[in-house]
Amino acid sequence: MRDFSYAQATSRADAIALAGLPDTMVLAGGTELLNWTRIGVVEPARIVDITRISGMEGVEALPNGGVRIGALTKLNDAAQHPLIRASYPVLSEAILKSASAQIRNLATVGGNPLQRVRCPYFRADEPTPCNKRVPGSGCAALHGFNEKHAIFGWTKDCVAVHPADPPVALAALDAVFITEDKNGGRRLAARKFNVLPSEDPTAHSVLRHGELIVGIEIGGPAPKSAYLKIRERESYEYATVSAAVALDLDGDVIRRARVALGSVAMQPWRLDETERRLVGQKLGSPAIEAAVAAGFVDARPLSSNTYKIKLARNAALRAIELAARA
Amino acid sequence: MESKMSEYQTAISRRDLMRGSAMVAAGAMVVAPVDTADASEPVSKRFEALATVQVEVNGVDHQLELQPRVTLLDMLRERLQFTGTKKGCNRGECGACTVLLDGRRVNACLVLAVAANKRKVTTIEGLVDGPHLHPVQQAFIDHDAFQCGFCTSGQIMSAVGCIAEGHTGSNAEIREWMSGNICRCSAYPQVAAAVEAAAREKV
Repeated sequence: MRDFSYAQATSRADAIALAGLPDTMVLAGGTELLNWTRIGVVEPARIVDITRISGMEGVEALPNGGVRIGALTKLNDAAQHPLIRASYPVLSEAILKSASAQIRNLATVGGNPLQRVRCPYFRADEPTPCNKRVPGSGCAALHGFNEKHAIFGWTKDCVAVHPADPPVALAALDAVFITEDKNGGRRLAARKFNVLPSEDPTAHSVLRHGELIVGIEIGGPAPKSAYLKIRERESYEYATVSAAVALDLDGDVIRRARVALGSVAMQPWRLDETERRLVGQKLGSPAIEAAVAAGFVDARPLSSNTYKIKLARNAALRAIELAARA
Repeated sequence: MESKMSEYQTAISRRDLMRGSAMVAAGAMVVAPVDTADASEPVSKRFEALATVQVEVNGVDHQLELQPRVTLLDMLRERLQFTGTKKGCNRGECGACTVLLDGRRVNACLVLAVAANKRKVTTIEGLVDGPHLHPVQQAFIDHDAFQCGFCTSGQIMSAVGCIAEGHTGSNAEIREWMSGNICRCSAYPQVAAAVEAAAREKV
């Protein structure tokens, strides 16, 4: 691990000034950053600790009926907040199915979407072709170990998936990441926050150097929502595939459906066509299955992950049923 | 990186043997070049290559000078000799290094020691009350909740956190909320039983 120097930011403005220096990275929960520095994925000269900044933690109801979660809110605290549990069960479940109790006591909701891919070539101790690790070096996973990799939106330059669970729920809820930087700030759609390889195979997210996520905003309540995570081990394991669903129901007829898949692409994958076709359908009818299938027209397997298409389709179907019963 | 690490570890094991005098050597080892190559001097001067850390461990205050890259785990084990906290995977995957930070269970390998400045840490050594074991320690003995014992201090610290959080409503809930602690001997049924018993005792 390369040596780095350290500073604690005292305010958001202070953090932005410090983080804007070259070769500088931001420390929040640290559960990813420390491991990156160990593997050598990043070798920053400076680290800015933002955990002592006040006013960036907590959950508050917004006048428009939505909610705002401070970026430094610990995962466990966000998931167990009464407002999140009651109004956004899909988010609460996605968070509690992430990592372990200890990691969720450190990791923050703002840092979580900045998690990087778990592709073994990206995380390798030895140099291996990986465009995210060394731009231009190629993609060893394309014809290598790729059973956990993408079935949507991949290119020959990168076939990795984004591994985090909470962003899948946030994408289904049309959440927005609020950022601040020296020019002001931006509102970034959760579903487009991570970058597809067709746009840039070397990128992880659209966040710029010196730009800070300060909070997450979600619109009105989604009590009929659920998160289904399929994995090889029941707890403390990344998803093979996952599905986040939020429904508006009129009796047993779907008024509106939002469906996002996790661990199938470099960003949470909203099934737009499925959502269009679900409107007006009766729960439990054969039309639901047809609507879900329509969302998989663009799915393309790699050499070792054809199974993920069927798995993801069934996960979406089951998550719709779970959300209806929520 | 590899050679730097082994150099570091060698220095540490030597220090363990000659605890008193080797502290000086360890101090010399951590002097790092200060980054001065930056144009934006005033802000960059805020960054320290060597930081002073004040931390309360098991009710006792400590003050140390540390490189920022030193983890809470390494500080506890190598500088303060709280070797009950175990270093398993050193990447947040096994839970052997679990301690309480301001009362909440965390992986000490995922926390920079400098980030724990002015915070309170409880390690396995801090659980006993005089001659009396903590109820969770006693429950682990009563339920045979370990074989080799390497994961045990992390399991116990995690269990203390789990019980305080109230995630002991059922055996399934305990297993879910204790899943961050891996046991290669697979003593999981006994661990869950010990946590269940200790949680009942608390009530």
